[in-house]
Amino acid sequence: MSWGEKASMMWVCPVYLDPKPSIRKETLLKEYKQKNRCSKFIDRRFGEYDTKMAPEDKILQRFTMERQRVHEKKDVYNLNEEEELTHYGQSLAEMEKFNDVVNSDDESEEKGLLSAELTASHFGGGGGLLRKKALGEEEEGGQRAKSRQELIEELIQKSKQEKRERQVQREEAQELTEKLDQDWKNIQSLMVKKTPKADKQEEKPKLEEYDMMVRELGFEMKAQPSEKMKTPEELAKEEREKLQKLEADRLRRMMGEEVVEGAQSQIHFSADDLNDGFVLDKHDKKTLAYQDGKWNMGEEEEEEEEEDEAEDEEGEGESSEEQESDAEEDEVEEEEEEEEEEEEEEGSGEDDGHSDLESEQESENEEEEEASPKPKKTLSKEEVKAQQEAAKAELPYTFAAPESYNDLKDMLRGHTSDNQRLIVARTQKSNHPSLAVGNKLKLQKLFGFLLEYIGELATRSPPELSTIDKLIPEVYALCQMFPDAACKAMQSILGDAAHSMEETLEVKGHAAFPTLDMLIYLKVTALLFPTSDFRHPVTTPALLFISQALTKCPVRSLQDLTSGLVLCSLGVEYVSFSKRFLPELINFLVGTLHLAVQDKASLGYIVVPPFRASGKYSDLLVLSSSESCRSWSKKSLPLSATQQLDLGNDPDRDTHRLTCLSTCLDLVKRCCLLYKDLPSFTHIFQPIRTLLSKHLSTQTLPEPLQELSSEIVEAISSMPVTQSALVFDKRKPIPLKLLTPKIVEVLDYGKKRGSTREEREKERLKHKYKREFKGALREIRKDSRFLAREKLNEVMNRDAERKRKVKELMGSLATQEGEWKSLKRKKK
Amino acid sequence: MAPAKKRNVSSVKTAEKSAKKAKVDLSKTVERILESRKHANDVFDILESLQAEQEKEVISAVAACSELFCALLERKELFLGKLPGEEDALSGGYSAEDKYRIFMRHRYTSCVEILLEHLSHEHAMCCLMKFAAGEGLHPLEDLDWSEHYTFPERYTLSFVALVDNLLSKATDNSLLISRFQEFLEMEDVRYYVMSSIRDNAVVPVYQNNVFTLMSSISMPNQESELTNFMVKQEAKHEDWKAAKLHEHKRVFERMWLGFLKYKLPNSMYKKVLVILHDSILPYMSKPTLMIDFLTAAYEIGGAISLLALNGLFVLIHQHNLDYPDFYKKLYNLLEPSVFHVKYRARFFHLANVFLSSSHLPVYLVAAFAKRLARLALTAPPTALLIVLPFIYNLIRRHPSCRVLIHKPSAEDEPFEDPYLTDEEDPAQCRALESSLWEIKSLQKHYHPDVAKAALLINTPLSEQEDDISETLEVTTYELMEKDLKQPEIKSVPLEFETATRLLKGGGDVLGQHFCLA
Repeated sequence: MSWGEKASMMWVCPVYLDPKPSIRKETLLKEYKQKNRCSKFIDRRFGEYDTKMAPEDKILQRFTMERQRVHEKKDVYNLNEEEELTHYGQSLAEMEKFNDVVNSDDESEEKGLLSAELTASHFGGGGGLLRKKALGEEEEGGQRAKSRQELIEELIQKSKQEKRERQVQREEAQELTEKLDQDWKNIQSLMVKKTPKADKQEEKPKLEEYDMMVRELGFEMKAQPSEKMKTPEELAKEEREKLQKLEADRLRRMMGEEVVEGAQSQIHFSADDLNDGFVLDKHDKKTLAYQDGKWNMGEEEEEEEEEDEAEDEEGEGESSEEQESDAEEDEVEEEEEEEEEEEEEEGSGEDDGHSDLESEQESENEEEEEASPKPKKTLSKEEVKAQQEAAKAELPYTFAAPESYNDLKDMLRGHTSDNQRLIVARTQKSNHPSLAVGNKLKLQKLFGFLLEYIGELATRSPPELSTIDKLIPEVYALCQMFPDAACKAMQSILGDAAHSMEETLEVKGHAAFPTLDMLIYLKVTALLFPTSDFRHPVTTPALLFISQALTKCPVRSLQDLTSGLVLCSLGVEYVSFSKRFLPELINFLVGTLHLAVQDKASLGYIVVPPFRASGKYSDLLVLSSSESCRSWSKKSLPLSATQQLDLGNDPDRDTHRLTCLSTCLDLVKRCCLLYKDLPSFTHIFQPIRTLLSKHLSTQTLPEPLQELSSEIVEAISSMPVTQSALVFDKRKPIPLKLLTPKIVEVLDYGKKRGSTREEREKERLKHKYKREFKGALREIRKDSRFLAREKLNEVMNRDAERKRKVKELMGSLATQEGEWKSLKRKKK
Repeated sequence: MAPAKKRNVSSVKTAEKSAKKAKVDLSKTVERILESRKHANDVFDILESLQAEQEKEVISAVAACSELFCALLERKELFLGKLPGEEDALSGGYSAEDKYRIFMRHRYTSCVEILLEHLSHEHAMCCLMKFAAGEGLHPLEDLDWSEHYTFPERYTLSFVALVDNLLSKATDNSLLISRFQEFLEMEDVRYYVMSSIRDNAVVPVYQNNVFTLMSSISMPNQESELTNFMVKQEAKHEDWKAAKLHEHKRVFERMWLGFLKYKLPNSMYKKVLVILHDSILPYMSKPTLMIDFLTAAYEIGGAISLLALNGLFVLIHQHNLDYPDFYKKLYNLLEPSVFHVKYRARFFHLANVFLSSSHLPVYLVAAFAKRLARLALTAPPTALLIVLPFIYNLIRRHPSCRVLIHKPSAEDEPFEDPYLTDEEDPAQCRALESSLWEIKSLQKHYHPDVAKAALLINTPLSEQEDDISETLEVTTYELMEKDLKQPEIKSVPLEFETATRLLKGGGDVLGQHFCLA
């Protein structure tokens, strides 16, 4: 062992820091003593120099080794000792034990591998030397030394016995397996829809069959429990939960919190939804359901398969419907039989998109069903039917998506509003995005065209609002399908309108009220998009537009006023859920009420533009005669009144005025409710209160308006006027600056940060090297010191020895001398 | 008069001529006349068509006249000096050459007269101005410059006639005046025009014309800029009034003061006030003379007061005007309408300047803040985006106003708003005892930006003042575009309540009051 080697061994060992002279004595000292000698004593006992081994282990190991050595020598020719028989160095007894394990039950004897007992019998000696012996004798014989023959006999017997046993076992297992198979087959037919393939497989070897069964079991879809029929309560609960979730989502958006990606699911898909566009509250029809005691799952599937061809079938469905309803008129007994037909027919009815009507009808009795699209009760049923037939006969069942706005117009021209809706619905169906690649784009365009069409319908005179009304569900459905395109289309409409208004404002300083189509667009916006969001790409601009119109458009006629009131209503609708503050709304309502004040002198409130305290148009709502109050009763104003009013005489005009006033008062009341939580409620409603209580003489108004007015005044004055002073939001107090130093335990001294990994590695290695180097030096020094000490000791010992010897010699010499002298003296 | 006689003779003939032919003929005639003196009498034809009925013919005649007489002026073929009467010339001992010149000179005079009659045509006006320029270069009268170091008296007179014509009391001449503007670029023309706007009347059309003319005058800033003269004068240039800036200023000032002396309609008031601070006040020799006018305007109230602020600001700031109760008046200017008028941006810009002083008393600043907050309850979103930062800036500048948004001492005891809305004196309105609950209410405003701005009062305000100049001019449409032009929208939230009918949804407000048909 060289020095370095020894040293390194020392450093690896964690104890190198406290030097143990004992180690040195054992290693260094010995080496030192061996120095310059040609022969040396090496202890070759096992583990002598292995320091890691415990002494007990050493001893144990040595003992076994010794035994082995002895054994090797002794046992070469010894057979009848209690030593085991081996083959290929393996114990035969052991092998026999494993026999069963190796031989699986399917192993036939022919195919059997070379087994221990076989080899033993084949190679071991004569088969005729069998001697029957009882087991007991064997035991007895076991005591004495067995001869080879005996052993072999024993072996053969054993093996035979075992073979028999195995056979029995196998037969039993076979039986059990078969029984299990049989049982399984019985159960399997229960669990899986498809009956297992029967006899063919039996020709194949059993093993394969079994394997296949196992695999089948493994891979086959677990038989799923069929969906449970939902009770109405559960359905309602589910529905409520869904709505609650959507509501929570809406609230979150209202507060202006960030939208979590994917947090909202815009459309609720039923599990059975094929995503084929039937999103409109039809999903309840698609779920598994019992109908009149029959499970209509199979039919459901059929229905869905058929849906692609539904257009073709519809005609049939229609005719069957007619027949059926005829029958029903005569007799109701046949209902049972026609149930199935009914089923299909309803499915095809769906394609019409009459979902809203249908859902109502379904809850009603079936007789009403055939009256679906035209609820004109004045006509007799036959007439209605005849009309329907005639109308529907004209309509094709598929429509190409319109490529331009004019295409759409051509397509819809000359049809009744119901048919227009049907056409749009069918266009949407036959161009569903899942059917062809370009359909998505086509339908997105269709949405834009529909919006344009709605605008045109509203600008016609008279406006065809009922058609718009009919088209709303289609627009909604399209919007749900393509939110982005819908958003873009609506934005461009709003943007254009706002832009043109801005331009007029720049030139003239005021603008005309938005036309009816714009009012309709604003309403449609509210139907399609949530108005309560804190910020929404469509509804926020729409609300701004409303506010802009209410601030910048001067009221110069009763039409203007009606438009203004429509805008106010829209404004209230927009903020009804979020209860946001819309100052322009209050301003406009105050202005409107101001128009009804007769005596405009000494006002206790301020009228905000576009209204003026006095002027040409400031008496628009003042009644021309108090007579009209008595005959007045509240009626809904037509939306077309925003465009033109035919009010020839004063009484008509007064009626209109009173209606406007009542609308205005109602809106004020709603605002009171909406804004009752605002801290400045009293100041916001101060002008209204003054106006109603002091200036608008209630005596001249009809009863209902008087009541409304007093209700409002009461509501305003019942609000608390006191407020607690504003303070900043409570915040966590900022902790004082601490002056005691913060102690951070530095775990890695001198570790340089910010360098690259290689540099750090290099640094680390350098550091390690240095440490090692120092350690080595220290060890070497210690070694040399130790050696020096040893040498000194040696020298000292040697000197002492020499001294002692010299002394001895001198002593003996002295005694010799003394003796010699005494002898001399005696002689003398 | 000879032209009149001729006219009668040839009136039938000229009426028959088509306009185009006339033009060709006229230009040929001009060529002929200029070629040889034989055809001198043809000048009557031109003067004839100058008085024709058809406008086209007149226009071509005007062009012919200007060509002819400018050429004659250049050739000096018009008689110089004092013009003898036509009869005298024939009888007197003049040479043939002189006779021709006298003849032409007479035609020239009559032409100018006719043109003055036709002044409503811009061509006629241009033609006259050309003549004036030509005469300036080649004076017709042998003038002694020491006596008349100006336009010949005749031209000042014709200017007066011209200006009188422009400032008609019956028709709106704004188009003509805008054409005339190019001549106003010339220093001497401008000078004489300015001094000829003298008499005045309270007729709206007239005032309108006067204002259009006066507002189109753009004054030079320095004497050295006075270079563009129509008539250059070598001698006595230094003494020429039209060449001196202070003279210009004096005339300018006199003109405006003369105009503003009379009662003006409100719209005119506004127009004047809009341009007052940057195109009138700087060019007056004594701007302080405007004090009366501005004070009167400031007292009127409403939008006019707002506009007067600008002029007052210039006077206070640059001319050391001391205006008592200025802030009180400013405070009383704050009405709901300030958020709706066109001059909103200008007003808030100035109010910001006036209230930026840190030497204002706290009560005053608090009163302004509270008043603005109260008014904010009726303001449109664009105004709110100005007002809210404005109020915050006030509070930042005057930290003792912080009690308006943070009053921990009175946190738990509710009290009625002590602020007196109708009090006119900001010192008495008890604004400091109040809190800005209005801004708290605006936290529920429908527009997200406003709501966010209002939310700032929940926490202590940052040190940095908001820059309101950027938001001053924002229009509603621009505000809208912020939402409309968002580059990409992750996913548009949709209404989940299924729409079935047009009038359904949203609380059925619309459906309750209106029906489809």
